[in-house]
Amino acid sequence: MIEFSHVSFAYEPGKEVIRDLSFRLEDGESVGLIGANGAGKSTVMKLLLGLVQGEGEITVDGIRLEKKTLAEIRRKIGFVLQNSDNQMFMPTVYDDMMFAPMNYGMTREEAEKKVDEVLARLELTALKNRYNHKLSGGEKKMAAVAAILAMEPEAVLMDEPTSALDPYNRRLIIRTVRGMKETKLIASHDLDMILDCCSRVILLSEGRIAADGRAEDVLRDRALLEANHLELPLSLSRG
Amino acid sequence: MNKMERALNELGTMDELAVRDSPVHRLHPAAKLLAAAAYIVTVMSFHKYALSSLVPMLLWPVLLFQISGIPVRTCFYKLRIVLPLVMAVGLFNPFFDREILFRIGSVPVSGGVVSMLTLMLKGVLCLMASFLLVASTPFDRICAALRALHVPGMIVTLLLLTYRYVGVMTEELAVMTNAYHLRAPGQKGIHVSAWGSFLGQLLLRSMDRAQELYSSMLLRGYDREFRYASPPSFALRDALYLVCSIAFFLLLRFVNVSGLLGQLFVR
Ligand SMILES: Nc1ncnc2c1ncn2[C@@H]1O[C@H](COP(=O)(O)OP(=O)(O)OP(=O)(O)O)[C@@H](O)[C@H]1O
Ligand SMILES: [Mg+2]
Repeated sequence: MIEFSHVSFAYEPGKEVIRDLSFRLEDGESVGLIGANGAGKSTVMKLLLGLVQGEGEITVDGIRLEKKTLAEIRRKIGFVLQNSDNQMFMPTVYDDMMFAPMNYGMTREEAEKKVDEVLARLELTALKNRYNHKLSGGEKKMAAVAAILAMEPEAVLMDEPTSALDPYNRRLIIRTVRGMKETKLIASHDLDMILDCCSRVILLSEGRIAADGRAEDVLRDRALLEANHLELPLSLSRG
Repeated sequence: MNKMERALNELGTMDELAVRDSPVHRLHPAAKLLAAAAYIVTVMSFHKYALSSLVPMLLWPVLLFQISGIPVRTCFYKLRIVLPLVMAVGLFNPFFDREILFRIGSVPVSGGVVSMLTLMLKGVLCLMASFLLVASTPFDRICAALRALHVPGMIVTLLLLTYRYVGVMTEELAVMTNAYHLRAPGQKGIHVSAWGSFLGQLLLRSMDRAQELYSSMLLRGYDREFRYASPPSFALRDALYLVCSIAFFLLLRFVNVSGLLGQLFVR
């Protein structure tokens, strides 16, 4: 369970980016985080990971996020970065996937088993020994997701998982995300993907919650979406 | 591909070389690191005129290149940018040290020329040894070895990040030079007037990315220990390799092997 309670944050003094934000994610819930450019989606994720510190209280499984609980909380949360190039820093996909499990004290054999299992689950076994710098954007993104799942997180944050992917790879990611049982928080402008993957949607506007509810309800509200530089998902505008 | 992308590709192929498999690759990183360090120290300790006794030191890297399956050619090709710099170090020696040491036929050879050649050879040998280490050992494993040798985690982390940063910076440089040339067609290089903003942008962009990269390491449990790169334990064969290498260095350092061989043939 992840809870934000009256969280505020400013990168520069006086310019609040997140304003008195409160919400709660239950275990296993799948939540879409939407909003215009600059609404504060990425910042919410950074706050939750302790990459930036704001005011208010953030708790994960009842543990308050602070300096001394940082490692414990980061252990529970996997973060798929928007730019996979910054996430994949080891020479091969395999090395990258081994990174987190071994850091968290698995033996090499255990980690290897885990890696094979995740690759099989995502049908990515062919990528195992490929070099990261020779992967296409889509392959890299899939590998990045795999590397995060290998660390067995309780919750997964994804920032723009489908940006720069072709339709085929986008579908692949969507299928993967739908199959994940972890708690999910997905920031994206791809509302069709959100509709496919999430049961609940939080709409951010200038650092505040403008709407929070069932995905079908929020994503059907044309006026609300348009006020936030968004458009009805294709699948809903047709029907 | 522009120049930068090619450079980047080469960094990538360095990583590829390092994850190959060969008896040299399989050696314990600490053994390789210590052997390379001992080699460099030995090479540097040769007297400035000791050209003839230094030459046999070539044997060690050349032999290991052979065993590792990495062509010596690759080494010189990759190092073609730094090589001239290393060679240039002794360039002025001939002007300072004009004392005649010996003659080849009727051509007098001054101390300066000999010390210049010795210095150049020293540089090349050290480069070869370092290249061999980096090309046969994934960088994270070198870091793990450094940690195992009790080098402070802070310093090793800096080293690792520097290595990664070079990659990130070349990538950004490639993107930026491409963007620049698309908007300045037909222009060679980057105009002086744009250097300032170009450099500033490059630093900002690459630092942002490096920051994100480091966060991504922290978020996946990196704590300045290198458990994820920990090699199998130090085996007998690693100890043997280290001891034999050092014995070989000492032999060449204190016994003038090429001189002895020369005498053999002259007699
Ligand atoms: N490092 C930073 N320093 C200063 N201001 C920042 C920084 N990062 C983001 N901001 C500002 O904070 C606000 C929220 O940014 P954030 O990245 O969270 O938006 P976002 O919702 O993720 O947008 P996008 O959809 O474009 O990814 C923006 O106004 C942005 O300009
Ligand atoms: Mg963002």
